[in-house]
Amino acid sequence: MTASDPRPVGEDDLHALVDGRLDPGRRAVVEAWLAEHPDAAARIAADGQVRARLRARLAPIADEPIPARLRVAHLARPRPVRSSRWLPGAAAALVCLALGGAAGWIGRGAVPPAAAPAEPMTQAAVSAFRTYVVEAVHPVEVRADGTPHLEQWLSRRVGRPVRAPDLRAQGFRLMGGRLLPAGDEPAAMLMYDDDRGTRLTLYSRAGAAGGRGVFRYAREGDVAAFSWIDAGMAYVVTARTDEARLLRVAEAVDAQASGRGNGLQ
Amino acid sequence: MDDLAALIEPQIPGLRRYAVALLREREAADDLVQDALERAIRAWPQRRRDGDLRAWLFAILRNRYLEGVRRRRVVEVGTELLDDVADASADPGAGLGVRDVLDGLAALPEEQRSVLLLVAVEDMSYADAAAVLAVPVGTVMSRLSRARGRMRAFLDLAPTVVTGHLRRVK
Repeated sequence: MTASDPRPVGEDDLHALVDGRLDPGRRAVVEAWLAEHPDAAARIAADGQVRARLRARLAPIADEPIPARLRVAHLARPRPVRSSRWLPGAAAALVCLALGGAAGWIGRGAVPPAAAPAEPMTQAAVSAFRTYVVEAVHPVEVRADGTPHLEQWLSRRVGRPVRAPDLRAQGFRLMGGRLLPAGDEPAAMLMYDDDRGTRLTLYSRAGAAGGRGVFRYAREGDVAAFSWIDAGMAYVVTARTDEARLLRVAEAVDAQASGRGNGLQ
Repeated sequence: MDDLAALIEPQIPGLRRYAVALLREREAADDLVQDALERAIRAWPQRRRDGDLRAWLFAILRNRYLEGVRRRRVVEVGTELLDDVADASADPGAGLGVRDVLDGLAALPEEQRSVLLLVAVEDMSYADAAAVLAVPVGTVMSRLSRARGRMRAFLDLAPTVVTGHLRRVK
């Protein structure tokens, strides 16, 4: 026993020994005490074994490369501002999101606030996806036929211009679209497919807040979705595909819808 | 955003490991981590600069996990999905026919499981673990004692009798 730390050995010392958190002086005291207390020493050895086994069992997970979708750049993609008139709106939207996320976090030890439930719009889009992609005969109400008819019809009913993005660079062709009930105003759903028969839907509706929001990823079983808002429109792209491909589609749709690219028709 | 990534991304491997240990299912764990990171990024401007970043991120993740359990949108899965978590041969005791340490972990109440994971696997100080769990350090220590006692019993490693010689000091 050293004179520097004469306090009696306690449970906290024993845990700290197991966890390697004792300074050398205190450690010597605790180990000397354990030499006289074999029951406690056995217990500590067992705790050390549990600790080592837990760490060994879980270590491979932390050694893996970080999945692409968890990269900060993919979670909070700083989205290009296309013209100065969008600046105030974009800033406001981001502030709203930040406040909404932070409201309950006041100081150390406080717990961040409860989540908003998964966005109803995303749920509606995913439900519509599930309902209509399995349709062999009538997947769409109005087929794409190279004329502006589909976009004109959807725009009139949704109350905002609806353009069908050109996703051929991402491997998807426009099949057509349909109108969906969605609260006060209908939503437009466009459907695309690729050469392998993978179908993708783009759901859009008016009535979202102004400004621009970040892409949000959601997954429900095997169905993945990205949603975002821009200039009063809300968008959801949904498909049974990997998130990296879906994100490329979302970015292409966003670029075209916000005037940085051209629609199909 | 680059400084945000530089600060947050080094914590992602630990957050994933904690999430997998809580959920024992890889996809759901990454969904949980993503959800927590999105909230952290949105709350970033309001983060207290003097608080520990890692404890803050783990607190968000755990809170999202508990919310998910409450809403029953996150389902705690059984041992049949264990093989999905990690190679069981990574457990030094597994080859000897002894019980899987993760099964013992799953049998703990969440508050004990989290304390053990944060302290023994994530190497958090007791003070940081207390910050994550929003409880005093003394509560962390007593939960740790209970967690370790139950793990010893589960793995049949040693008698769980607490000797009279032990007492807690500050």
